[in-house]
Amino acid sequence: MKLSALHQSYLNRRSNSFRSPTSLDSSVDGSGKSLIAVFWLILHCLCCLISLVLGFRFSRLVFFFLFSTSSTNLYSAPFRPDLPVKHLDVHTIGRNLDPGANGTVAMATATKSSRVVVGRHGIRIRPWPHPNPVEVMKAHGIIERVQKEQKTIFGMKSSKMVIAVTPTYVRTFQALHLTGVVHSLMLVPYDVVWIVVEAGGATNETGLIIAKSGLRTIHVGIDQRMPNTWEDRSKLEVFMRLQALRVVREEKLDGIVMFADDSNMHSMEFFDEIQNVKWFGTVSVGILAHSGNAEEMVMSMDKRKEMEKEEEEESSSLPVQGPACNSTDQLIGWHIFNTLPYAGKSAVYIDDVAAVLPQKLEWSGFVLNSRLLWEEAENKPEWVKDFGSLNENEGVESPLSLLKDPSMVEPLGSCGRQVLLWWLRVEARADSKFPPGWIIDPPLEITVAAKRTPWPDVPPEPPTKKKDQMPLSQGNTVVVIPKQQQHATKIRKPKRRSKKNKHEPRPTDTTTQVYSSSSKHQERN
Amino acid sequence: MLPLPSSFMGSKPSHTSPVDMKIRSCLSAILLFLFFSASSSEQNVRTERISGSAGDVLEDNPVGKLKVYVYELPSKYNKKLLQKDPRCLTHMFAAEIFMHRFLLSSPVRTRNPDEADWFYTPIYPTCDLTPTGLPLPFKSPRMMRSAIQLISSNWPYWNRTEGADHFFVVPHDFGACFHYQEEKAIERGILPLLQRATLVQTFGQRNHVCLDEGSITIPPFAPPQKMQAHFIPPDIPRSIFVYFRGLFYDVNNDPEGGYYARGARAAVWENFKNNPLFDISTDHPTTYYEDMQRAIFCLCPLGWAPWSPRLVEAVVFGCIPVIIADDIVLPFADAIPWEEIGVFVAEKDVPELDTILTSIPTEVILRKQRLLANPSMKRAMLFPQPAQPGDAFHQILNGLARKLPHDKSIYLKAGGKELNWTAGPVGDLKPW
Repeated sequence: MKLSALHQSYLNRRSNSFRSPTSLDSSVDGSGKSLIAVFWLILHCLCCLISLVLGFRFSRLVFFFLFSTSSTNLYSAPFRPDLPVKHLDVHTIGRNLDPGANGTVAMATATKSSRVVVGRHGIRIRPWPHPNPVEVMKAHGIIERVQKEQKTIFGMKSSKMVIAVTPTYVRTFQALHLTGVVHSLMLVPYDVVWIVVEAGGATNETGLIIAKSGLRTIHVGIDQRMPNTWEDRSKLEVFMRLQALRVVREEKLDGIVMFADDSNMHSMEFFDEIQNVKWFGTVSVGILAHSGNAEEMVMSMDKRKEMEKEEEEESSSLPVQGPACNSTDQLIGWHIFNTLPYAGKSAVYIDDVAAVLPQKLEWSGFVLNSRLLWEEAENKPEWVKDFGSLNENEGVESPLSLLKDPSMVEPLGSCGRQVLLWWLRVEARADSKFPPGWIIDPPLEITVAAKRTPWPDVPPEPPTKKKDQMPLSQGNTVVVIPKQQQHATKIRKPKRRSKKNKHEPRPTDTTTQVYSSSSKHQERN
Repeated sequence: MLPLPSSFMGSKPSHTSPVDMKIRSCLSAILLFLFFSASSSEQNVRTERISGSAGDVLEDNPVGKLKVYVYELPSKYNKKLLQKDPRCLTHMFAAEIFMHRFLLSSPVRTRNPDEADWFYTPIYPTCDLTPTGLPLPFKSPRMMRSAIQLISSNWPYWNRTEGADHFFVVPHDFGACFHYQEEKAIERGILPLLQRATLVQTFGQRNHVCLDEGSITIPPFAPPQKMQAHFIPPDIPRSIFVYFRGLFYDVNNDPEGGYYARGARAAVWENFKNNPLFDISTDHPTTYYEDMQRAIFCLCPLGWAPWSPRLVEAVVFGCIPVIIADDIVLPFADAIPWEEIGVFVAEKDVPELDTILTSIPTEVILRKQRLLANPSMKRAMLFPQPAQPGDAFHQILNGLARKLPHDKSIYLKAGGKELNWTAGPVGDLKPW
């Protein structure tokens, strides 16, 4: 039974304590001690009996109520083995207890025993056991400093600046792609200079996106507009990249040039790996040549599986572009994307629903030391053509045209075995529209009346009247519906507090009905 | 020394030639100094040598400084115990077994007891394990007594000094008090027969009955191969601020709390369980060693006894140990400057642990990490097989060597007796 077990354990533990006083306080005055000992013995027996009756150790409560002081001082006197255990309390205790006086007397006379007392001690808890924000910030500062020290000792000795070159133009998916590049570059632990070349002139649209990165940017505009076919687009992109390289040459930027196409995806290891380049390096690029049609994708996947089953000896077409090495890790050639499976089925126009294929060698798979582009740089290798005298009309397809000897290229990423970035081209329909700056400024150009208005309290408004009102009101435009739901739930808030489970409404009153329909609407979306 | 061109000096070199020579010599001296300081500072950048009288001692070589004679006891005192339970080789008290093996093949061992400075008794008192692996100390006093009776009757060297030039390895919870409960251990005190001998033990607490003044504190045994198998590259950034894994409450032996660890571990839990800087829990993760290498501070609070293998693990993995144990005596305290390496927090200050740790200046923290990175520190904490220079075995021998030469007064006059062979609880007097 619980009562007896508690009492048993209580007695057992206390019986232990009675043995120890013989060794500890041998030198205490005999007579004084016996009186005190008798007194405590009697008190102890009394407390035992009362606890037996009550069923719990009541003495804690007694002391809690009698002696509790303000909670600022949470120190509790340590347990002395020769005294009964009553005066211990986990949370609050006062310093002015009788046992405390006895304790100091006993401590002064017990010479050999240590300052540290054996036995039960209180568990000290401060009044507000939660983190202090100032200290948390200090701790993070310490962590940062330690990590910086680690980096200087074990990590990179000196890091070069990363010069990112991005050709872009304003279109629906620009914000989608460019935001990805913004975040990747913001995460790079090295210095970054971002050269953004824009077709159709430097616009505020692009400028706003790149300004959000907080990086040092060079925004260059060229007058030509981006053409509508993939082939022409890639040609213009080459021209734009060369413009950017001219900027590098003129400004004498010192670092490693990499080509961050706006729809590509970069891994952070890519930026660490390119720090190892001496003059001209190449990495493996994963090619995601998808078609917009999901069914066709699945069909082509099945077909490929069948083909693979038949010809198991032949290696499947790896969608990777990058360096090819022999067994001694020397560059012997390049893996190029196999366009044969897509012959005749690739996209021509930018918004075609078909696979978008890359060029033979994509620019994004190459990185170069910016000193190659300078007019005069010490130790510039002889196998590099002078950039200033590059003739674009001869057709520059890949950065290899900048070199006289393409075999001097350094393969990175364990000789191309690591795929460090992915190439993807996804664009919206040609006639797709998007709000400038992706900010919904009323009025929207396209408004469609909602066919059903399931909220009986909110009267349906005709679309024409509400052109000059803020979208937060009860318009029934396509975009506004979530706001309306928010508004509806706002009204219902006080009633809903009583309900615990959001997704099990009881149809007792109309308010809950409204909410249930809105939650269903949520699920449908 | 480059010949400085006259144009460097300015105009009219002919008039100022003595000054010229002085300036030239000064400049060349400065250049030389800078050159030498640059070359030597490069080595100091990564680790810092524990310099000074305390730290250099770690690299002392004990060979030639002392001679140890190993008594030949019947195997019931050592080998048979190990055969009965081979778990004794892997638990944290395994230092007694490995010390024996080390001494048998060490160059300090001598077969001639007359020229020996120290005498070692190969006895494994901590090798009586429960089914769950915890050592029972109840028979250890009797075993020790029986061993001492054997050596005193078969060899004259014990009676010569009554054990003052003998040393024993007693790595149990409270050393030679031979009990796991502190109150009982204090009550028993050090075994009366061992009161003149030097004790090599893991327990150390100032002004405690179970720590004799001349004792040598050693680290508990931690398996070196197991730890070395879990090393991660040092450039992985340390991102955990404070790390601890272990019990906070021992619900089996101390259900109400307050006894275990004198309430210090419970205080750590109650105050910091909500603090994201403190990665503390009772889990047993498989990545325990790897996590320690990703932490800046590792808590080493006391448990039932003030010492724990966490200290060894923290030192090996470069995590600054935060020692929460009042009056603790750390291993090799005369050779290792623990105040410069670890952080000491009084048990009453545990609720302010976060304030204390965040207010340590960054430079101090970096210096502590540099000292910890010193390989001689890590070596001194380990018991590798086979023994390597600078490891814990050698530090024990260094400690013994520092106590030499023995004072003449330890040699008793013929027939003199200082120890009381019948002291202690009655149960200890039974033969083993």
